[in-house]
Amino acid sequence: MYPAKFDYVSPSTLEEALSILSASENAKVLSGGMSLIPLMKMRLVRPTTVVDISRIPGLDEITDEGDHISIGAMVRHADTAASPLVIEHAAALAQAAGATADIQVRNQGTTCGSIAHADLAADQPAAVLALGATMVVASLAGTREIAAADFFVDTLTSALTPEEILVKIKVPKGGKSAYVKLGRRGGSSDYPIAACAVWVDASNGTVSDARIAVTGVGSKPYLAAASAQAVVGTDGSGDAIAEAASHATDDIVVLEDLYGSVAYRSHLAGVYVQRALEEVLA
Amino acid sequence: MSTTSVMGGIVRRKEDPALIQGKGMFVDDIKRSRELAVAFVRSPFAAATITSVDASAALELAGVHAVYTADDVRDLGLNPAQVAVGTLRPLLADGAVHHVGEAVAMVVADDRYVAQDAADLVYVEYEPGDVVIDLKEAFADTHQVHDGVSNTLLTWHGHAWWEGVVDLPDPSPGIQEAKERDDTVVVSLEMVNQRLLPTAIETRAVLADWNSGYGSVELWTSSQIPHAVAGAIGVMFGIPSNKVRVVAPEVGGGFGVKLNVYPDEALVCFASRELGRPVRWTETRREAGFSSTQGRGWIGTATITGTRDGKILGYELDAICDMGAYTQNLTVAVPLLGLFVAPGQYDIPTSYALHCVVTNTPTTDAYRGAGRPEAAYYLDRIIDTYAREIGMDPADVRKVNYWKPDQFPVNTAVGMTMDTGDYEMNLDALLDRVGYEDLKARRDAARAEGRLLGIGLSTYVEVCGFGPSALAGLGFSWAGYGLPAAFNGSGVVRVQADGTCTVTIGTGPSGQGHETTWAQIVADGLGIAMENIEVRHGDSLDSPMGTGTFGSRSIAVDGTATYEATKRVREKAATIAGHLLEAASEDIQFQDGGAHVAGSPDRSVSWAQIAESAYQPHTLPEGVEGGLESSVVFSPPNATWPFGSHMALVEVDPTTGDVDLLEYWATDDCGNVINPMIVDGQLHGGIAQGVAQALFEEAIYDDAGNLLTTSLIDYPLPAAGNLPMFSLDRTVTPTDVNALGVKGIGEAGTIGSAQTIVNAVVDALSHLGVRHIDMPLRPQRVWQAIEDGRK
Ligand SMILES: Cc1cc2nc3c(=O)[nH]c(=O)nc-3n(C[C@H](O)[C@H](O)[C@H](O)COP(=O)(O)OP(=O)(O)OC[C@H]3O[C@@H](n4cnc5c(N)ncnc54)[C@H](O)[C@@H]3O)c2cc1C
Repeated sequence: MYPAKFDYVSPSTLEEALSILSASENAKVLSGGMSLIPLMKMRLVRPTTVVDISRIPGLDEITDEGDHISIGAMVRHADTAASPLVIEHAAALAQAAGATADIQVRNQGTTCGSIAHADLAADQPAAVLALGATMVVASLAGTREIAAADFFVDTLTSALTPEEILVKIKVPKGGKSAYVKLGRRGGSSDYPIAACAVWVDASNGTVSDARIAVTGVGSKPYLAAASAQAVVGTDGSGDAIAEAASHATDDIVVLEDLYGSVAYRSHLAGVYVQRALEEVLA
Repeated sequence: MSTTSVMGGIVRRKEDPALIQGKGMFVDDIKRSRELAVAFVRSPFAAATITSVDASAALELAGVHAVYTADDVRDLGLNPAQVAVGTLRPLLADGAVHHVGEAVAMVVADDRYVAQDAADLVYVEYEPGDVVIDLKEAFADTHQVHDGVSNTLLTWHGHAWWEGVVDLPDPSPGIQEAKERDDTVVVSLEMVNQRLLPTAIETRAVLADWNSGYGSVELWTSSQIPHAVAGAIGVMFGIPSNKVRVVAPEVGGGFGVKLNVYPDEALVCFASRELGRPVRWTETRREAGFSSTQGRGWIGTATITGTRDGKILGYELDAICDMGAYTQNLTVAVPLLGLFVAPGQYDIPTSYALHCVVTNTPTTDAYRGAGRPEAAYYLDRIIDTYAREIGMDPADVRKVNYWKPDQFPVNTAVGMTMDTGDYEMNLDALLDRVGYEDLKARRDAARAEGRLLGIGLSTYVEVCGFGPSALAGLGFSWAGYGLPAAFNGSGVVRVQADGTCTVTIGTGPSGQGHETTWAQIVADGLGIAMENIEVRHGDSLDSPMGTGTFGSRSIAVDGTATYEATKRVREKAATIAGHLLEAASEDIQFQDGGAHVAGSPDRSVSWAQIAESAYQPHTLPEGVEGGLESSVVFSPPNATWPFGSHMALVEVDPTTGDVDLLEYWATDDCGNVINPMIVDGQLHGGIAQGVAQALFEEAIYDDAGNLLTTSLIDYPLPAAGNLPMFSLDRTVTPTDVNALGVKGIGEAGTIGSAQTIVNAVVDALSHLGVRHIDMPLRPQRVWQAIEDGRK
């Protein structure tokens, strides 16, 4: 629990942070530190430089941008969970942030940090996938946008390059969303054994569009495209939901660990797809 | 809620203001100048011979002072504070390692970061060997953990539990015959009581400062047994125990993990002596999975033979108990403690075989309850199964077989004498309060709607308050390493010259509120205000010879010693006050910070006046010595036997197997109660740990002996949000083995709870064909059981 030697910098502008990142051989962004610090203490990650972005002004805001809301890099899980804007326009993300870890971690860890970290069982990545969010990423070369669907590459691997900072997430408004989970300590407590975020557009009685994301089940949080297809164009009845649930792990290599076998996780993926859909289509 | 004739008031804890402000002094808060820090090089293999250790690269690193291996410390011998059964743990691995994480070398450096870097540079060559992790495989003895030594160190039997010391009549008359009768049923279950990591919030920490000028050593250690540590250090280093000052300052939880003398405690003393500087080591959370003892780890078969109307004709338990690779302080004694209470509250023929078996894993030892939760689990799970089998209410089956109040003191089949008990009264108190019949109706109504509600009941008796010092003769003595006797309690009560009071006790608390409870005892006896009483403990030179805090022993033993010492101080103070007030000492009464003559409250003196006289002997009556203090060592005639009844209501999600603990009730009986709030607090923590064993926790090893759950990410502890508000009550059946009538409550919550939860979950699922699920009842297991039941 004693990290290897590293340099610590705490820049006050984004530009400064980005230039340190691009100049260093093996630098790491530090936001809430809730994942980075434990990994460093176990010496599983040994950055030469840690670039703390928490003192850069303006990154901790949640703003209403008309057709979408914007969540800055330093917005903590607890703020995401309690934000009226997020609750109204992106319920799944508020619920996922509220179901992340415990209150101490929620006060410290950031939504963007959780996304950037790309843990295979993290809560909030499922929500941004289902909500069709866009990641706004900066580097010295400029700013680019990455769709959530393209962001999660593999276990602990995102589309970010080492020189980039995820500066904010843009979450489109509209539709209805929900996040439901079974945590390791039961209920929604602890990392999910399996969890599902859904977003639907069902304003006129039929489901005109849907996205269904599953986390904790495969090697990364993923969009269950076949499940979404199974409900789109239907009236969202029990049969459609059951059909969607039955496709929850199509084309997915389901993982197993101390908390769930392949059979159990596959079963749970279906159960939580069903429960999440029931919640938004009720 | 009933209180007692003695004290019995809810008094806020004196220790909390410092603790909640972060001002309590733990080992890591105590700093010495010029400290060095230690990191250990640990084995990645569970079984290997060490062919070479190359520390040259580590020693070249700036800031590294020394790297020590077994060669350097062999002369110190083995830590003497280990029960001499099986293979004892060497200070550092000597030629071979027997579990993953065993310390092979110790690096001492300027600070912990450098020490850790250097530890990575120590190259150890291993020749890996075969490992034995699975308990049944170890018991089969096909491969031995220690070459040429059977893996089964010993087997505890009910009627001959310490060969040559205790030999009783066969306690199992007629069990075999009963099995063959056609009016009996035989129910049997193989059950796992899984390995656990005790996980105190403060990991272990040590700081040694050897002063060659004084020829003495000071050791600060997060320990439950500072006196035992001092004794053992003295023996190892060949210095008298009065040259060893061991201090256990604030200790952040113990649960049995700090009830050992550990190699690191001796090693930092050694390094400090060699290097002439203070040396510190603080265990990391991950290291705790290797360098501290673990708990539980039994697999066993419980069998009940009984009639169809609930009369139990025999209870048999055959279990393999995991010792880990080395035996330490109480390792082989833990199953014995289980054996002490294995017959439970029941007047039934019994038969036991508890096999103490070694594996290539870290040592097991006492963990909150130590053998008693295991025993209670097997017995209560199988009673529940039997009740279901014969279609009788589990509460009624228990009542049929209980010892009756007029049978006490009860001589049990395993050679113990239980002091006092009224089990049916206690169970009825719980059932009445819960509204048992209504609760069953609620469960049945829910079940009719397809919801899976379950009720779990468990009733237990445990043994604590150790105990008669004669037990020391059984090999669990610390006399061997420099202490006068084991299992005594001690208390010193001193009134200071200003009339305030200092109480020093031989306990080693880790959050149990001794400072408050003991102050209550003394305040009640002397009429000195709580805030004027200071309770001190945990310093091997400044506290009276003590045994420490474990096995729910402190109040019954050290508490009683303090009570007696208080009485003696009061008697002497009455003599002095009588002299000052020109009254007979029999007429002196103590109240409100002073003494007065009975019937004349205005004829009074304050404690300050009494003390002033006491410390000016010329003012004392003829024949009265100066001073106002008393020191008492107390050894009770017997241990104490608390008991209780617990009940839980759970709901199981039929689709996912998720268990929701809806309600938890407990009615415990620990005799007289001094501070009901503190007693409830002990129950809260104890129940939480039992529930956590039932639902969450498990130390899991892979086939190569790697602990897969070294971090709290993988080892889920219970959080407040995972638990309902516990509903507690008590009955009061005082013990007659100490003057306070107190029994001890530190472990009762844990002993009563795990099986309560499992009984409830099985109750919820029994109509689906589920008979048993092994702990922890994580959602997957429960779901699997439902699936299997459907087939
Ligand atoms: C006790 C505990 C329980 C937890 N339980 C859960 C749980 O139930 N569910 C769950 O989902 N998570 C859980 N977590 C993880 C938690 O949510 C972390 O906070 C989160 O994963 C990381 O966010 P952070 O801000 O702390 O990031 P950090 O730890 O600071 O960083 C994590 C990684 O992301 C990178 N990074 C961070 N921010 C940025 C950025 N803006 N741009 C580019 N890279 C960045 C860092 O370089 C690092 O590699 C738990 C953590 C703990 C300690």
